[in-house]
Amino acid sequence: MQVTITVNGSAETHEVEPRLLLVHFIREKAGLRGTHWGCDTSNCGTCVVWLDGKPVKSCTVFAAMADGHEVRTVEGLEQGGQLDPVQEGFMECHGLQCGFCTPGMLMTARALLDANPDPSEHEIREAISGQLCRCTGYENIVRSVRWAAEKEASGPVTESEKPVEATA
Amino acid sequence: MQVPAPFTYERATSVEHAIELLGQLGPEARVVAGGHSLIPMMKLRLARPDALVDINALGAELGQIRVDGTDLVIGALTRHADLLRSAVAGEHFPIFHDAEKVIADPVVRNFGTVGGSLCQADPAEDLSAVFAAVDAVAVLRGPGGVRQVPVRELHIGPYETVLAPDELLIELRVRIRPGGGSAYEKVERRVGDYAVAAGGAAIWLDGDTVSGAGIGLTAVGAEHFAAPEAEAALVGQPATDESFRAAGRIAADNCNPTADQRGPVDYKRHLAAELTTRALRRAAARARGQEA
Ligand SMILES: Cc1cc2nc3c(=O)[nH]c(=O)nc-3n(C[C@H](O)[C@H](O)[C@H](O)COP(=O)(O)OP(=O)(O)OC[C@H]3O[C@@H](n4cnc5c(N)ncnc54)[C@H](O)[C@@H]3O)c2cc1C
Ligand code: FES
Ligand code: FES
Repeated sequence: MQVTITVNGSAETHEVEPRLLLVHFIREKAGLRGTHWGCDTSNCGTCVVWLDGKPVKSCTVFAAMADGHEVRTVEGLEQGGQLDPVQEGFMECHGLQCGFCTPGMLMTARALLDANPDPSEHEIREAISGQLCRCTGYENIVRSVRWAAEKEASGPVTESEKPVEATA
Repeated sequence: MQVPAPFTYERATSVEHAIELLGQLGPEARVVAGGHSLIPMMKLRLARPDALVDINALGAELGQIRVDGTDLVIGALTRHADLLRSAVAGEHFPIFHDAEKVIADPVVRNFGTVGGSLCQADPAEDLSAVFAAVDAVAVLRGPGGVRQVPVRELHIGPYETVLAPDELLIELRVRIRPGGGSAYEKVERRVGDYAVAAGGAAIWLDGDTVSGAGIGLTAVGAEHFAAPEAEAALVGQPATDESFRAAGRIAADNCNPTADQRGPVDYKRHLAAELTTRALRRAAARARGQEA
């Protein structure tokens, strides 16, 4: 069957089998490898993308079910060369180590801050409770999301206030 | 990579269309709602439908929560997250918010549906116990029309319901009666997990006397997710801790837990008693307006 899914604003039309999972559509058909896939059992949350604006586990949705719908992936977070504050937060606060869980965490964090710009630590932990990180023990992930919330609360940032690019 | 066996896919454009498609495709076709039970089962070949009828486009017909006369009506395609957010559901039956807070995790709740949960009939499913506690009625629609089945008669065994292959669960109806309170208590191994055991209660008070009670249990082998013996023992009794403890003991004695990786039988039975007692206590406090 032919499906058309709008991924990060651009229409992706492909011939697929109905059994193709959305995560594989994104990675193999749309060629966007930022969305990771790990457990395959809807437990780890590394495959989280937005479907019509809401975070979902894309290993548990068929691409056919998303036909005609909008998907946003981690590649869609950056706007006009400017990282999203949650991406900056993960850089500033060491929210990632191996980076495997990071795409899913970023998508959930962005959705959380859109709905609740000033989340408590408890609310952040609750929001990411369906997502596993085997590296950081979550402390830095929670801090990263708080960092992003605080940055957004302090209003638009001018060029000179932007964090200095970390050198590898 | 886990990939389901091949199947044909159809998208329903209306409830009528879905029923028509199910009739055409035959008994090996399945409805897919959120897919959060069905797709994992298809990956593991525990389910192998040869066709799927996607009902996700039927949100306008099946995704509403509303009050209709004296009933709270919850559409089958209501996502868990929407029931959790619903002010009208929480106002009349706080048990829905209690339960939805502890069903799966927030991301799974964005896509899993109320109807899918009930039709899945997983013996550890939370909403079956909740709807049993509030004594809801399930509205089913097939080619021959609509029929109403009490939720307590919906399940005929693990993963089995009374639904015909070409029938759809449309909505759940719960009668709103004044003077009531409800609550849900669950013990799980970790966040987002199915229950080790859980108990729900709905209670109506006439002064200090229990005038009506509903008790639902999950994961402990309670027949139809309910505890009718405990309910019968409670009605007419004073709404005291002692009565609630007695009801908890009766509920535990009449369920039939099995030992598994979530715990041994005596532990689960202990939980059934304790969680029933706590749910009744909180439901009564809410009925008295002492707790939101
Ligand atoms: C990681 C994870 C954790 C979970 N934890 C919990 C938990 O703690 N507690 C809990 O209760 N549940 C839990 N669940 C289950 C989750 O709540 C259910 O998967 C989900 O809500 C089922 O709904 P669905 O819409 O995804 O159903 P689907 O998977 O689409 O369908 C399930 C079954 O119901 C049938 N069906 C669906 N809708 C209808 C309808 N309207 N009419 C007729 N038949 C229908 C389907 O054909 C299928 O047989 C968990 C799931 C996951 C993935
Ligand atoms: S790969 Fe989807 S939840 Fe783990
Ligand atoms: S950073 Fe490695 S799994 Fe989270």
